[in-house]
Amino acid sequence: MPIWEFLQTYWPLLLNGTLITCAQFLLASVIAIACALAAGLGKLSGNWLIRGAAVIYIEIFRGTSLLVQLYWIFFVLPLFGLTLPSFIAGFLSVGLNVGSYGAEIVRGAIQSVPKGQWEAGYAISMSPAKRMRRIILPQALALMLPPWGNLLIELLKGTALVSLISVADLMFQAKQINASTFLSAQAFGTALVVYYILARFLITPFMRWLERSMARRLGRA
Amino acid sequence: MDMSAYPLELPADDRPMVRFMNVVKSYGRLVVLDQLNLDIAEGEMVTVIGPSGSGKTTVLRMLMTLETINGGVIYIDGKPLTHMERNGVLVPADERHIRKMRASIGMCFQHFNLFPHMTALQNCMEGPVQVLGLSKAEARARSEELLTLVGMIDKKDQHPSRLSGGQQQRVAIARALAMRPKVMLFDEVTSALDPEVIGEVTNVIRKLVAEHNLTMLMVTHQMGFARDISDRICFFYRGKIEEQGPPAALFGNPQKERTKQFLSAVKEAD
Repeated sequence: MPIWEFLQTYWPLLLNGTLITCAQFLLASVIAIACALAAGLGKLSGNWLIRGAAVIYIEIFRGTSLLVQLYWIFFVLPLFGLTLPSFIAGFLSVGLNVGSYGAEIVRGAIQSVPKGQWEAGYAISMSPAKRMRRIILPQALALMLPPWGNLLIELLKGTALVSLISVADLMFQAKQINASTFLSAQAFGTALVVYYILARFLITPFMRWLERSMARRLGRA
Repeated sequence: MDMSAYPLELPADDRPMVRFMNVVKSYGRLVVLDQLNLDIAEGEMVTVIGPSGSGKTTVLRMLMTLETINGGVIYIDGKPLTHMERNGVLVPADERHIRKMRASIGMCFQHFNLFPHMTALQNCMEGPVQVLGLSKAEARARSEELLTLVGMIDKKDQHPSRLSGGQQQRVAIARALAMRPKVMLFDEVTSALDPEVIGEVTNVIRKLVAEHNLTMLMVTHQMGFARDISDRICFFYRGKIEEQGPPAALFGNPQKERTKQFLSAVKEAD
C-alpha cells in the first residue's frame, strides 16, 4: 500500500496515538523537572536525611532499567495494594526515571554558579534559602537549559515504552496497525517520522527560545 | 586563652567599632593569622597593605564571616560577632546570630560579584527589600540616591554585562551601602580594573571618606590612594601586623626592615 493511501486510512488512529504521546510527554516532563529540582537541591542539603533520600532516589531510578521500573509500578505495586491506571503508571515511571538524571544536571548547574555570587548574597545577609531562590537558582537555570534540552528529547523517546503496558500512545497504535495489516514499513516508518518531528520541530525550538529568553534576563542578548 | 577571659560585651569607655582580639586563622597546619589584635575606631579608615600571602584579605573575609576563625573573638560595635553568649560565656555563634550581626557589615569584592540577572537598580534594591524588609518604593528611593552618589544613576536599568568594570564596581559599592552598614570592607576593589577606570572607583571611596562617617577597612595595592585617604596603615607580614601608623609616618619613615623592603619593592614596580 502506498504511504499516502496508508495515511489516509489510518490517520485517525495515528493522530490519537500522537496526542496520547504528547500528553505522556508533558506530564512526565512535569514530574521529571519537579523530581530533578527536589533531588538536585536535596543532594546539596546540609541535612543528612534529606541528602540520603535524594541519593537513594537517584540511585534507584538511574541505576535500573526504565522498562523494569515501568513494570514494577504497573504490575508489582498492585501487589502492595497500590493500583495505578496504565496512563498514570506510564508518565509516572518515565518522569521518575528521567528526573533522576535531571537531578545531577540541577546539582551540577547549582555548583557551577561562581563562588563570588554565593559570597555576594551572603554579604548582604541573605538567608541560605533566599539566596538559593533569588540569586543562585536563576543563574543555575540558564546553565542547565542546554542539557535539559537533550534530556527532554530522551524523555519523549522513552515514552514509547508505555505502549508495553497498553497505554494507547503513538507506538501502541503503530503496533496495532502492524498486527492487523502487516504494513510494518508504513506503520513504524510513520511513527519514526512523527517522533522525529516532535523532537526536532517542537522540543528543540522551544528549548532554544527558553535559552534565548534566559540570556535576555541575564542581560546577555 | 580561656573563653571566660573574653568579655561578653565591651565596656562603654573602650568600645571601638571593630576589635580583633587574639584572632587566629589557620588552614590545617598553616597559620595564616597569628594572634591578631586590631582595633578600628568609629569613622576610621584603615588600610591593610602587605605582600601577597600575608593574610590581608583573610582579615576582611573573617570580618565578613566568610571565613570562620580558629581562635580569639571579633567584636563589632562592642558586641561579639563570631561568638554569642550562652550561660555567661562566649560560645561559637550559630547561623542566626552571625546573620543578624553581619547585617552591620558591607563588603565590596575584587571581582564586583554583581547579580547578573538583575539591573543595577535591582542589584541595589535586592538586599533592602529581601533582607531588611523595606517596601519597594523605599528601597528604590534609597538605591537611586546611592546610585546618584556613585554616579551611576543614568545606567540604573542596565544589566552588569553592559557595564564596564569601573561602573560595575561603583554599583557594587552602592549595593553594599544600601544595607546601611556600620563597617564597609573593600577587598582589592581596583585590582581587576583597567588603569584608566581605577580613578572613578577611588574617587567614589574618597567621597565616602570625606562626606560620611563610615568605618572602613580596605585592602589595596594602590599605595598613593591608601596614603591619601587612610587614617592608619597596617603593614601585614606573615600573618602579623609588622608595623602600623599614620600614612605619613609609615610611608615616609618606616621603622621595620620588612616594611622598608616592601615599600621600596612596590615603588620600583610603579
